[in-house]
Amino acid sequence: MTFNKIAAVGTVSLLALSASAQAQTQIDWWHAMGGELGEKTEALATAFNAAQSAFVVVPSYRGSYTETMTGAIAAFRAGEQPDIVQVFEVGTGTMMAAEGAIVPVYQLMADAGVPFDPAAFLPAVVGYYTDPAGNMLSMPFNSSTPIMYYNKNVFAAAGLDPEQPPRTWADVEAFSRQIMASGAAECGFTTGWVSWVQLENFSAWHNQQIGTLENGFGGLETELTFNGPVQVRHWENLARWQQEGVFQYGGPGGGADAPPMFYSQKCGMYMNSSASRAGVLNNTPDFEVGIGMLPYYDDVAGAPQNSIIGGATLWVLAGGSAEEQRGVAEFFNFLSSPEVQAQWHQDTGYLPITQAAYELSEAQGYYAANPGADTSILQMTLNAPTPNSKGLRFGNYVQIRGVIDEEFQRLLAGDVDAQGALDAVVARGNALIRDFEAAAN
Amino acid sequence: MQTKRTIFGNKGLPYLLLAPQLAITAVFFLWPAGQAVRQSFLREDAFGLSTTFVGLRNFRALLNNPEYLNALQVTVVFSIATVVLSLSLALILALAVDRMLKSAQAYTTLLIWPYAVAPAVAGILWWFIFNPAIGILPYVMEARFGYDWNHNLTGRDAMILVVVAAVWKQISYNFLFFLAGLQSIPTSLREAAAIDGAGPFKRFWTITLPLLSPTTFFLLVVNVVYTLFDTFAIIDATTGGGPAQATNILVYKVYDDGFVGLNLGSSAAQSVVLMIIVMVLTFVQFRYVERKVTY
Repeated sequence: MTFNKIAAVGTVSLLALSASAQAQTQIDWWHAMGGELGEKTEALATAFNAAQSAFVVVPSYRGSYTETMTGAIAAFRAGEQPDIVQVFEVGTGTMMAAEGAIVPVYQLMADAGVPFDPAAFLPAVVGYYTDPAGNMLSMPFNSSTPIMYYNKNVFAAAGLDPEQPPRTWADVEAFSRQIMASGAAECGFTTGWVSWVQLENFSAWHNQQIGTLENGFGGLETELTFNGPVQVRHWENLARWQQEGVFQYGGPGGGADAPPMFYSQKCGMYMNSSASRAGVLNNTPDFEVGIGMLPYYDDVAGAPQNSIIGGATLWVLAGGSAEEQRGVAEFFNFLSSPEVQAQWHQDTGYLPITQAAYELSEAQGYYAANPGADTSILQMTLNAPTPNSKGLRFGNYVQIRGVIDEEFQRLLAGDVDAQGALDAVVARGNALIRDFEAAAN
Repeated sequence: MQTKRTIFGNKGLPYLLLAPQLAITAVFFLWPAGQAVRQSFLREDAFGLSTTFVGLRNFRALLNNPEYLNALQVTVVFSIATVVLSLSLALILALAVDRMLKSAQAYTTLLIWPYAVAPAVAGILWWFIFNPAIGILPYVMEARFGYDWNHNLTGRDAMILVVVAAVWKQISYNFLFFLAGLQSIPTSLREAAAIDGAGPFKRFWTITLPLLSPTTFFLLVVNVVYTLFDTFAIIDATTGGGPAQATNILVYKVYDDGFVGLNLGSSAAQSVVLMIIVMVLTFVQFRYVERKVTY
């Protein structure tokens, strides 16, 4: 360390570089966090590098989630892969199937002899990334869950109680109509991520199956089943509400047009990721934002169950030296410490991945000072996850998300009814899952 | 008559001089194209851990895939609309400038601007203007004509949007060539026709257009290739192929299936098909259309 310091202040920077490379094992970390989140991410690596001297983590921003994942896969094929890569949750199926290309986290920790207690993590978060035997495969990094944001000023203007978010879908409809009738806003609600919020999370929240074999956790032979009566009823309602102006569609994927509709006070309610909280607050200086849980149909047995997560995890790619893998294990250990996690959670709005980080945030008075910041955690841990609400894992899911968007668009355009749209999603999605299964075997 | 011909003694020299060009062609065209052809006969997982030779399966799957056939149809509509519109609008603008005396230079400069705009930026620009939530045009259309513009849901609106963006981007290029072509037509020809009593329309159809045909032909080839490949960024930045695949052109589908979906075999098969389509189109254009061109 002293030598490094001397070398670093020396004028020959090349010397410093080679000296530190000799002394420390370099760990490459590819991530997809741009902008402000990117700075916070890089800060984690800086903090880890300052805390010890054996390893140096080098983060590098590789573009969008898709670009980062495809880039890492291409690098693996060329034998130039990083040690750690951040992969979004829908890529989980692809990564898991790549036996030999990845090192499961539980194995990494055991090999490196780093203390590791899977029970310390929030079950709803790690459940998504464990194999059927309960072994953790990747390290949860940034996880979020969809919640409801609403405009308190619009609620007040419409004669609604601004402190009372809608609990059920019947409330959402009634509140929307009151908002529209009173002229407080033009539309009731909008949503980001139709696929994630209004189908996947909707199913989990109502304890409805998404796919066979525990939503795909049980194996590649899984089939989609989210065309059941509860989902059909909800999509039917969404289509009708879109006709009547109660709901306004914000576009495919993340729904790029949805946030502006909420920010501009065109729509009174808005459903999106809990990680959007900071962005929502920054963009709404003119009105007060309230936060509530996702609505549910109160006549569906088992609702509300618990919501599921989205976001990304860190995967360890095979091919690194034993020393590199030990460094990765140490880094993961650092990332899951309560202090680091609590800070990350409070800075970004992502979920804390351990119980201890949640309790620490509470003890620090964060939730008391930021009402609504714990809604996501409460909603996600409302009940112990069932096989229907643990998460989902399907091959080719990136494309299936696209299919969901397309069929939803066809539904809203009136080309097909809700049953037809969801049946088509299931049929086309299953074909993609079969393709994936065939390629993986 | 004596033919003048220089004979180079060194047989190797021409090849040596050609070598850089050949090397570039081999590295940047033949090798990747060969890879694509090889990949199109394989079925492989994303990491390349298991590879199976599947023969023509990927191609057969494409022909039975309704989404692929839809993409083919979308591409035809998009290409024809874009080529026809960008050529005709550019020609009209070029004709207008050709008749201008005073401000032709400033006008030309202004018209070339869009060409300097990157396709992705052009896409975003039009996406903003047409954006159903925050755009100015849907607002005006709704207020003035009662038309509910929504390219997020209506396939036709989305197609209009990408065609407008693609045409806008390409007009400058076509305009420049048309203008150069027009200026190389001797004024005496048109004057002679005018003296013989031919009106402006007659002069255009019988003199200007036929003499422009080499330019038009060249632009036709370039524009078709443009709509098939270069419009990728416009699609990506505006509609992403949606809604419900209404603007999913072939080249975008290659990217979507291969790069996003990691289905390399199918994506490679699609690029091979695309390659064949372009080769056939170019061949047909040179073989049949060129015959009608007066040089």
